[in-house]
Amino acid sequence: MIGDGSLERFRREGRIVVVGASLAGLRAAETLRDKGFAGSLTMIGDEPHEPYDRPPLSKQVLLGKAAAERTALPRLRSVDATWRLGVPAAGLDMAARRVRLADGDEVPYDRLLIATGVRAHPWPREAEAQLDGVFVLRTRDDSAALARRLEAGPKRVLVIGAGFTGSEIASACRERGLAVTVAERGAAPLVGALGGVVGAVAAEMQREHGVDLRCGVMVTALEGDASGRVRAAQLSDGSTVETDVVIVSLGATRNTEWLAGSGLGAGPRGIACDAGCRAFDIRGIVTDDIYAAGDVARCPHPLFGYQFLSLEHWGNAVSQARIAAHNMISESTDRIPHMEVPAFWSSQFGVNIKSVGVPSLGTEILISQGSLKDHRFLGVYGYQGRVIGAVAFDHARWLPFYQELIETTAPFPPSFPTVDRRSDGQRPIDADFPDPSVPTHGPTVTLGGYSPADRRMTFTPAH
Amino acid sequence: MTQSLLHQILDHANRANPYPIYEQLRKTPVHHEDGGPYVISTYYEIRSLLHDPRISSDARNLASTARDPLAEPAREESALPPGFLRLDPPEHDRLRRMTNRPFGPPHSPHRVDGMRGELHDIVSGLIDGLGDPGRIDLVEQFSYPFPVTVICRLLGVPREDEARFHTWADTLAASLDPDPDADPTERGKGAHDARMELGMYLAGLIEERRTNPGEDMLSQLATAKGEDGPMTTMELLSTAALLLIAGHETTVNLITNGMLTLLRRPDVLERLRADPRLAVPIVEELLRFEPPVQLVPQRTTLADIEVRGVTIPKGASLWLVLASGNRDPQRFEDPDRFDPDRRDIQHLGLGSGIHSCFGAPLARLETQFALSELARRLENPRLLEDPPPYRQNAVLRGPRHLPIACDGIRP
Repeated sequence: MIGDGSLERFRREGRIVVVGASLAGLRAAETLRDKGFAGSLTMIGDEPHEPYDRPPLSKQVLLGKAAAERTALPRLRSVDATWRLGVPAAGLDMAARRVRLADGDEVPYDRLLIATGVRAHPWPREAEAQLDGVFVLRTRDDSAALARRLEAGPKRVLVIGAGFTGSEIASACRERGLAVTVAERGAAPLVGALGGVVGAVAAEMQREHGVDLRCGVMVTALEGDASGRVRAAQLSDGSTVETDVVIVSLGATRNTEWLAGSGLGAGPRGIACDAGCRAFDIRGIVTDDIYAAGDVARCPHPLFGYQFLSLEHWGNAVSQARIAAHNMISESTDRIPHMEVPAFWSSQFGVNIKSVGVPSLGTEILISQGSLKDHRFLGVYGYQGRVIGAVAFDHARWLPFYQELIETTAPFPPSFPTVDRRSDGQRPIDADFPDPSVPTHGPTVTLGGYSPADRRMTFTPAH
Repeated sequence: MTQSLLHQILDHANRANPYPIYEQLRKTPVHHEDGGPYVISTYYEIRSLLHDPRISSDARNLASTARDPLAEPAREESALPPGFLRLDPPEHDRLRRMTNRPFGPPHSPHRVDGMRGELHDIVSGLIDGLGDPGRIDLVEQFSYPFPVTVICRLLGVPREDEARFHTWADTLAASLDPDPDADPTERGKGAHDARMELGMYLAGLIEERRTNPGEDMLSQLATAKGEDGPMTTMELLSTAALLLIAGHETTVNLITNGMLTLLRRPDVLERLRADPRLAVPIVEELLRFEPPVQLVPQRTTLADIEVRGVTIPKGASLWLVLASGNRDPQRFEDPDRFDPDRRDIQHLGLGSGIHSCFGAPLARLETQFALSELARRLENPRLLEDPPPYRQNAVLRGPRHLPIACDGIRP
């Protein structure tokens, strides 16, 4: 597009294909139309449903307060698209600019947005994963099926993995009065994302709410009865948990396999792209017609040393989608970078958890307000003398202040007094992130080198 | 010599339209006149400070040298401890949390919504009783009695006591009005007596509710046994007084400012008459355009803090001029235009941060009902005086009277 009117022509009659019909895909499509893209728009999604919202799936739906079928995302405007739902994309021909679908069809594009997101990591032993009563939770159908099973009143639920999703599921089960065991390979729940100091609070919360929490153990086998229903789990400490529902909550896998061999810089860590959401090819050269947004994208963030961050955050999906859409139909000089400060939230055991920045980059934590003992506090994470992240347990209204500290690379520890500073917060302590060489269930933020073809995972908690 | 901006804000002569002064003020986002408060008038700075944990709402952190023309005289003499509006965490959080249990989600998600029928009945009754359509004082006859009646029902004040309650509320509201011309001793004594009487009345009511609880908020507060333990009687009294004062004085002005704004824009009033659902965006835009709380004067700094290159010293008095931030052209396009179709409307009208308006869901619902019903039932309504006479108060700003006329009242 070199100022010869071709961009104008593209905006008028070009073809945009969006692969991935979830939050990022939908918001991108809306933005394209909002900004005047009048050409053809095709939305490809592997699920048969129109775009829906996921946060309620592990909370309200499991409590029976909302129906999984009624979580459709509100449409902010009409997108006037051709919808190809229920059929996954199966391949990409970058040279011919065509997306191949699993049913053999091919869809040509002038510009492509990839927002295929992630899927739940399955239980690794296939035969055991097939047992009746073994679930993962990622999709609307997963949630509906699990909610039905919880409604039936199982004797005990086993949750494998105490990350955010696993912990939310355990919380919902306890609220329903179900007996719950949680098995976590790490030293505490949420430890990968928030470290051991905060993880210890999460562990207390679980135990106070009657969860049978077992940390530092792995589930080694699931056992079924003669009719193929799960009945027990073997743990690495030699114990057995009798259970009739197992929820495998071991993190997510990025949906990039369909891009294998395409030449695009996509792999298990996501699709590498520049700060404007343009995807790299495997040679490290940025494409000009392929963009990525949402959980599957992996962008360099100037605020965090230009490290490539891939974030499974709702707000990130929305903002990245909007930026990708804007850039897809703009002159190169009008493109805008994705500079959102990462933020996520969770709700479990009656506590509202919110975070800004990248806590898992931090090495130290200071409890600047409230107290760990009350499970109501604000923790600030420090990395090499600067504020890098913050987490709030029932203290979310203060977070904009801490976000400003992160944005302005304020010194750590913060030197000023705050309201409600207590004995916990007199000095920073080791945030106690797990040794990166010992795998836990996947951290929320994964960090890596610059080459997307380099598939080594490097978790870098600075020391 | 021109009057200082601070005096111009306080000067009653500017009450009907303080916005040109705010525009002046925004040229210096951190405005400081010798010895007075630090006045913050720009949107982004106000929003930051509302979330800043170095800012305290507790008057005890104010340096004795900080002079503030709005400092409430002799407040300490009142028998009641400060309500949670004037406390910092953790005391603030505990009291607000406990007060919220019978009021809002997650424990009482339907409390406010469940009052719809009652709100509708009260509004209808008041409009039915407006009398001579040729001359209505909307403040006296409608926007004042409405929220007081609502707060009585919410707290569980028996109907036969509502009249007495109205009188105390009136006196106390007037005492918040720092009228430089009124005799402070006289005013202080009236307020003190009203506070005493109201306190004794509430104490009796609380005692009664402890033994004989109903569904009202006071009963639930008096008998609460949550994780935070019970409220002491003193805490209950100061909380009830806070709900009473903050819960209606603001809504009176929001409703009155709202009707004034609509009467100045008959096209919008007509749209509301045709579609009562427009009340929702109208009330949001009103909270931006004519917020009843113009400024928050009750903040102080726990440390030296820098705002836009100015160091505000520890213990200084801060004024956050919400109404000015709401008209900051850096944040809102064409900010002096009342536009109910505005999409991006993150106004400061209800504050932000931990002290953001506790009663917001109720205030919104009350005002939506009030404006849509007035629009529907008043035939050809018009202002008899523009601008109407304003209260002295620069903080809780609104007309003292709003004389209007209409051709008749629809059933």
